[in-house]
Amino acid sequence: MSATAVAAPAVHSLWTTAAAAPIHAPKIEYAQLSPILVVLGAAVAGILVEAFVPRRARYGTQLAVTLIGLAGAFAAVVGLAATGYATTKADLAAMGSIAVDGPSLFLQGTLILVTAVGVLAIAERGLEPQSREVPHVDAFAPQAAAVPGSEDEKAAARAGWSTTEVFPLTLFALSGMLVFPAAGDLLTLFIGLEILSLPLYLMCALARRRRLLSQESAVKYFLLGAFASAFFLFGTALLYGYAGTLDLGGIAKVVTGDAAPNAALNASAHGDALLLIGGAMIVMGLLFKVGAVPFHAWTPDVYQGAPTPITGFMAAATKVAAFGALLRLLYVALPEMRWDWRPVMWGVAILTMALGAIVAVTQTDVKRMLAYSSIAHAGFLLTGVIAGNKQGVSAVLFYLAAYSFVTLGAFAVVTLVRDAGGEATHLSRWDGLGRRSPLVAVTFALFLLAFAGIPLTSGFSGKFAVFSAAAKGGAVPLVVVGVLCSAVAAFFYVRVIVRMFFAEPRADGPSVAVPSALTGTAIAVGAAATLVLGVFPQWAFDLADKASVFIR
Amino acid sequence: MNSLLGLLIAAPLLGAAVLLLGGRFVDRVAPVLGSALAGLSFVLGAILFSNLLGKPASGRAIDSDLFTWMHVGTFKADAAFHLDQLSMTFVLLITGVGTLIHIYSIGYMAHDEKRRKFFGYLNLFLAAMLILVLADNYLLLYVGWEGVGLASYLLIGFWQHKPSAATAAKKAFLVNRVGDIGLAVAVFLMFTTFGTFTFQGILHPSVVSSAGQGKATALGLVLLLAACGKSAQVPLQSWLGDAMEGPTPVSALIHAATMVTAGVYLITRSSAIFNAAPTAQLAVVCVGAVTLLFGAIVGCAKDDIKKALAGSTMSQIGYMILAAGLGPIGYVFAIMHLVTHGFFKAGLFLGAGSIMHAREDEVDMRKYGGLWKKMPWTFATFGLGYLAIIGFPGLSGFFSKDKIIEAAFAKGGTEGWILGGAALLGAAITAYYMSRIMVMTFFGKPRYTTKAEGGTSPEAHESPAVMVAPMVVLAVGSVFAGGFFSLGSRFLHWLEPVTGHSEGHSPVSTGVLTAATIVLMLLGMGLAWFQYGMREVPAAAPRSIWPVRLARRDLGQDDFNHAVFVRGGTRFADGLAEFDAKGVDGAVRGVAGAVGGGSSRLRKLQNGYVRSYAFSMFGGAVLIVAATLFMRAV
Amino acid sequence: MNSYVPILVLGVLAAGFAVVTVVSAALTGPKRYNRAKLDPYECGIEASPQPAGGGRFPIKYYLTAMLFIVFDIEIVFLYPWAVSFDALGVFGLVEMLLFIATVFVAYAYVWRRGGLEWD
Repeated sequence: MSATAVAAPAVHSLWTTAAAAPIHAPKIEYAQLSPILVVLGAAVAGILVEAFVPRRARYGTQLAVTLIGLAGAFAAVVGLAATGYATTKADLAAMGSIAVDGPSLFLQGTLILVTAVGVLAIAERGLEPQSREVPHVDAFAPQAAAVPGSEDEKAAARAGWSTTEVFPLTLFALSGMLVFPAAGDLLTLFIGLEILSLPLYLMCALARRRRLLSQESAVKYFLLGAFASAFFLFGTALLYGYAGTLDLGGIAKVVTGDAAPNAALNASAHGDALLLIGGAMIVMGLLFKVGAVPFHAWTPDVYQGAPTPITGFMAAATKVAAFGALLRLLYVALPEMRWDWRPVMWGVAILTMALGAIVAVTQTDVKRMLAYSSIAHAGFLLTGVIAGNKQGVSAVLFYLAAYSFVTLGAFAVVTLVRDAGGEATHLSRWDGLGRRSPLVAVTFALFLLAFAGIPLTSGFSGKFAVFSAAAKGGAVPLVVVGVLCSAVAAFFYVRVIVRMFFAEPRADGPSVAVPSALTGTAIAVGAAATLVLGVFPQWAFDLADKASVFIR
Repeated sequence: MNSLLGLLIAAPLLGAAVLLLGGRFVDRVAPVLGSALAGLSFVLGAILFSNLLGKPASGRAIDSDLFTWMHVGTFKADAAFHLDQLSMTFVLLITGVGTLIHIYSIGYMAHDEKRRKFFGYLNLFLAAMLILVLADNYLLLYVGWEGVGLASYLLIGFWQHKPSAATAAKKAFLVNRVGDIGLAVAVFLMFTTFGTFTFQGILHPSVVSSAGQGKATALGLVLLLAACGKSAQVPLQSWLGDAMEGPTPVSALIHAATMVTAGVYLITRSSAIFNAAPTAQLAVVCVGAVTLLFGAIVGCAKDDIKKALAGSTMSQIGYMILAAGLGPIGYVFAIMHLVTHGFFKAGLFLGAGSIMHAREDEVDMRKYGGLWKKMPWTFATFGLGYLAIIGFPGLSGFFSKDKIIEAAFAKGGTEGWILGGAALLGAAITAYYMSRIMVMTFFGKPRYTTKAEGGTSPEAHESPAVMVAPMVVLAVGSVFAGGFFSLGSRFLHWLEPVTGHSEGHSPVSTGVLTAATIVLMLLGMGLAWFQYGMREVPAAAPRSIWPVRLARRDLGQDDFNHAVFVRGGTRFADGLAEFDAKGVDGAVRGVAGAVGGGSSRLRKLQNGYVRSYAFSMFGGAVLIVAATLFMRAV
Repeated sequence: MNSYVPILVLGVLAAGFAVVTVVSAALTGPKRYNRAKLDPYECGIEASPQPAGGGRFPIKYYLTAMLFIVFDIEIVFLYPWAVSFDALGVFGLVEMLLFIATVFVAYAYVWRRGGLEWD
């Protein structure tokens, strides 16, 4: 008897039983979902602002709505943590769709803070050249739908229009990111993935300068993202076929044999193929989002093309959300499969670290260099994921918090170095910057040193935590590769520092724009977080450690 | 009382913070604020002193634990302070002389634009020096040690627009690093040997002897190295003369009265270690004896009044180090001489500063002469300091120096004769060079022509009261402190519980020694008078015989350092550089080349076409699925 | 190997569907080439007058199409709710009103920003 012949009636029986079961109204724990709901509410309010507030007042209103929404969401996270959700209790809210536990709340808190800082950089309107008619110019296209270089676009620029939609879009992306690491089942995970991705695709296309590059990057990101989503969805289908459930905890139970697998398939196929391939494909979807090799190809192009404040936000927040989801998937749904996924992840981690570090060496554009650096960091983070112990979880949580602020700060600095053509991102243009603008150069050097993992910066604390967790988890060769790649990476970070401080400044070199308080605050917060987490990391380690237990 | 101890340090520290971070807003109040906080510190010190006096002699100590500084495994370091008779003595000297010099500086620095920084640095120095002497463990002492080094560096180079000042600061910093290595190694050694840094945990004869003679000797030698650096003792003496580039109040406070005596403090504080290590003690007395002669000889040849005084400082600290190296028979006298020296040497420097103030920073004594009429107060106070330092009977130096000479003879044996002889000879030279300074500066005819007379020099005038008053106070100290301390062996009884004391037995009777000292002193004075008082002092230094020329060149200290360390070091560094260029860099370049080559090749994969990205993703997906299945199959 | 057969079959079916549709369309469709036929979507939308970067199309057409999809999905979602309205009760009603309100927020945005005006 062939396999398909058996499968057909069984699927039918599944369908009929589902239909026959009575439908109950779901139980929704609004309080536990409040961080996500507040952000979504603020985003919807932002759309209404776009619709009804006059153009002139939109910017201020949007900024206020966004920051208030973020503050409310952060208060909600803190409130949940204060009632013990991260430490003493945890819950699967909304019928098992959203996990409210330590990692969720830690990452949600991090994400909200990161977004708040990112929004400050996004809201900057003092860097582009201004005129008396148009006193405030931001980093985004005046009218995104206008053809680049067209009369429409010029008219919109003259009229001082701006795409204030970035604020609600940021909030929508954030809401997806909040869902992503907290998703308790595969479908919610997928929805989180899409909600976070779609606004990002759009935001990538919004650059005011070099619009074609920006739009190209958005299209690339969209196409490849859709491709990755397809992998993810296909993997979800296979895992559902294997386990008969989408719950991460439920899948884990089936894997361990505590629950019966999908009755329909059990009879013929013993299911392991579905489990292995399905699991691998879901992981691939997530690896795409974190930018791990071989799913990294979009990273440099998109990081370069997107408006720099968006790049900073995306690079920081997406990584946090996606690694959170990856951790949850591997630690909650597939922990018993670690003998299958660990070797493969070893390979991915090694390739990611090596490729990121090596290719960054020959980059000539700051944003592309930072993109490859972000790939390398994805590799370092993967070593922590692979550790497979509680220490690994807390190390990754800490690393994410530390890394995201460094990234935000670094990209915010990139927005400041400008010439007539906008941001001067070619590295040769940064020669001698330290002499012309010592403060900016020193700050950027601080971020680079943090990327390189020099002691007394947060990068060192994070790398140290991740590598020691991996070593404890038995992945010593991985740690060796990681340290070697760190050394290679240190080369290109330090090279930029050398260029800034020891090269002769160019006569036609870029000027450093004086930022308004918004970008200034963003950079200051980034630098402060880098130093504080580097010099006094213990409290953050403790926090991450307390928050490192997943609810199953 | 415990909290007063913290406050004592906090006052100047606060001053430093306010003055250095306050910016232009505090410019106007800087001199008064800095001096007031130094004074507050002194008042607190005096209160603590009276509190200590109220306690029984055996239990005169106050401990104050501020916070645990670091705690990793068995490594524990506290920020804790310990006030006993020894540190109390230093506290009073530092804050007392410090306050006087702050006040003096109000006048001396009145026209300097960077006054605020100056007072900030001075306060910083006070705080660091107080940490140094109050620390209850070697690690915190090290913090103070580096702190005073920093303040010294900043103040020597205070007029950094002068290349000579900048160079001098650098030199002081570098030479001090060598000494600091000694202290650092000592701290490491202590931790590995005793597992602690605290004085309480280490400085017990039983504890030290448990570590063995070898360890104790090693510790003693590295501590001596540290002391040599900070106290400008041979062979690390070369920085002190150049340090005179700093403003004169700095020379008085840091490079005469307090910081340079930190080495004496270190040795005295570590007496338990030195008592257990005779070899180290021998090294200490040798250093002391050599330096006291070295400094004295250099002092004889200098025409720059501050450099001559610097040579004298070196020499006097040589006496203290010598005394400290003698063991229990000398500790108390080392500290006593340290205190009296603090008075008269600070007074002498302030006097020199007063003259420079009047003469537009002229330091060449050959262009002085006959100043006693123009500057009577300066003359009087400087003169009293002069009499004190040469050991004129009844004045401070007489009591403290004689005790050291006596103790040196009491060492016994050939050693005692050599050391005692050196000390006696030193006393004679001291009398000679100090008389030379005195005569060249104040007596004879003026060797300059004022502007009124068609020359270039300004008319000398007495300094303002704010400068004279501290000089008077110090002069009073120079006159009476020694007698006061010696009366009924007060100082001995005060310090004995901390340092221990044993009476030595000099082979020569005290009376004979005193007589010999006085005779030698008179000889020195007479020679100086004969050379400089009876004859005209030439305006330019005459070409002299080679020993004098050598002394003028600081006995070749810089030539030696240059030949041995600079040139040797350069050659060593060149060798290393060559090895680095050929060996290390070759390997590094090879690796870098490989990485770079790989990078450019891999970079080509990033061709910008979304179709090839998608294809690479697809290929990666296939690989990952295949690998997953393969792992299961294996 | 038995367990991989269903997946293999699935893969073959999926690939087969793609191939068959494309090939059959090419084989069976009539081949009458003219200008309208070569236009994108064969619906009269022309490329913009000054194509930059290889030719672009007015966005309005797509806007309308997107709006249609939004409301289409709304309806798709309303049907199952209507069927099990009894079982879901007040909760279902409130949630559905919220859902409709949210969709109308988007609608209001499109309307206010001129998305409904053709020119």
